[in-house]
Amino acid sequence: MNWSRKDLLGIRDLSREDILLLLDTADSFREVSRRDIKKVPTLRGKTVIMLFYEPSTRTRVSFEIAAKRLSADTVAISAATSSAVKGETLKDTARNIESMRPDAVVIRHSMAGAPHMLSGILDSAVVNAGDGAHEHPTQALLDLFTMREKKETLDGLRIAIIGDIAHSRVARSNIFALSKFDTEVTCCAPPTMLPPGLESLGVKVAYRIEEAVAGKDVIMMLRIQKERGGASFIPSLREYASFYCLREAHLEKAQKDVIIMHPGPINRGVEISDRVADGPYSVILNQVENGVAVRMAVLYLSIGGEG
Amino acid sequence: MVRVLLDEKAIDRSITRITHEILEKNQGSKDLSLVGIRTRGIFLAHRISEKIRKIEGRVLPVGVLDITMYRDDIARQKATLQVKKTDIPFDVNDKTLVLVDDVLYTGRTTRAAIDAIMDLGRPRKIQLAVLIDRGSRELPIQPDYTGFSCGAATEEQVSVRLREMDGTDEVLLSKSL
Repeated sequence: MNWSRKDLLGIRDLSREDILLLLDTADSFREVSRRDIKKVPTLRGKTVIMLFYEPSTRTRVSFEIAAKRLSADTVAISAATSSAVKGETLKDTARNIESMRPDAVVIRHSMAGAPHMLSGILDSAVVNAGDGAHEHPTQALLDLFTMREKKETLDGLRIAIIGDIAHSRVARSNIFALSKFDTEVTCCAPPTMLPPGLESLGVKVAYRIEEAVAGKDVIMMLRIQKERGGASFIPSLREYASFYCLREAHLEKAQKDVIIMHPGPINRGVEISDRVADGPYSVILNQVENGVAVRMAVLYLSIGGEG
Repeated sequence: MVRVLLDEKAIDRSITRITHEILEKNQGSKDLSLVGIRTRGIFLAHRISEKIRKIEGRVLPVGVLDITMYRDDIARQKATLQVKKTDIPFDVNDKTLVLVDDVLYTGRTTRAAIDAIMDLGRPRKIQLAVLIDRGSRELPIQPDYTGFSCGAATEEQVSVRLREMDGTDEVLLSKSL
């Protein structure tokens, strides 16, 4: 099984085998983060540039740690402190950066398709760290890694994805990824937050959270994407919370060993209650730990070889 | 053209002798641990461990080492090599470790293995046991325990087959045309 892609732009065009190779590779890299000396020489001499045009804590730190643990050199640029504020276009910024000969460019952008545009003009590997409401491939990969870790296999899992589906790149990437396995995915939200044509992706739709969680092995909660106008699709956060906030009582209807996931950042009391977020079924912090291993795998497979 | 260098019995005798040499050199098996280098080194390490258990009545910890992350040719690979799991379930600090591999050739795998171990701690000693030493070293590395030495030419291939994964125990020397 070989990896021969230059870029990781999305989950949609990956095969089941590609995903399994990424997860298996991540499994091998995870041990590095548990050592006293958390560094291996694998990507020595490689340079990874991270262009973050949208705020991020987890993804950015995770990519940076992943690259550093593989001995790559990293430079992180955020829009606010870059020449973007002086009017430079993304294309020009990218071309200028490429002149400094990086091996990979990790990009997060509020515009869907920004990584694809870069992919066409850059020789370096482009990794999508989230583009608008389109895709967030490494998040889906770490979610699948966490599901596989806790449930041993992905096939046969029943998963509920609950929240602002319409504006969520995490939901899209997860649906694309899970549909390559023998899984049953149910999306649940107020009708205004469910994009039309969702069923054509092979998922079920539920409007009530009680119905969505029943019998599920995995419950994935999503934040309302205020930055993408998500809040205007509901009467108020308070009303939303009264219907769609995951509480302990809901878990009784799910499988006994259900796991609760959330890509973060969580909004306590809106989509998830404190007791669930901090409770025994929550694997939210495992997801964060696994994120580093998954991103090590992505960087290694993208730029580990001759290219 | 294929020649059998070692058959099943010869492999077993070699492993038995290596086991005795390990015990002799280290004056027993106290503070001794084995590390098998992926893939066939793992099976050889387990066989040595089993023999030590029979002789000394002590079960030695056996670790598994994948050296891919430490290879010196990683950036020269056309397609990235698959990284498999390393699992060293014991503290390597102040231990005597015996690295076990099937074939010693250029010495580059051993160099990578030593670096990998050093990143996990500071063992008291690292020793090297190999089933076949085929010569043609490119680095200053020598084995402490050798099953069989042969000077194979570059165009010749030494293949170790072990029953755990190949269904049979034999070491073959073949000349590629």
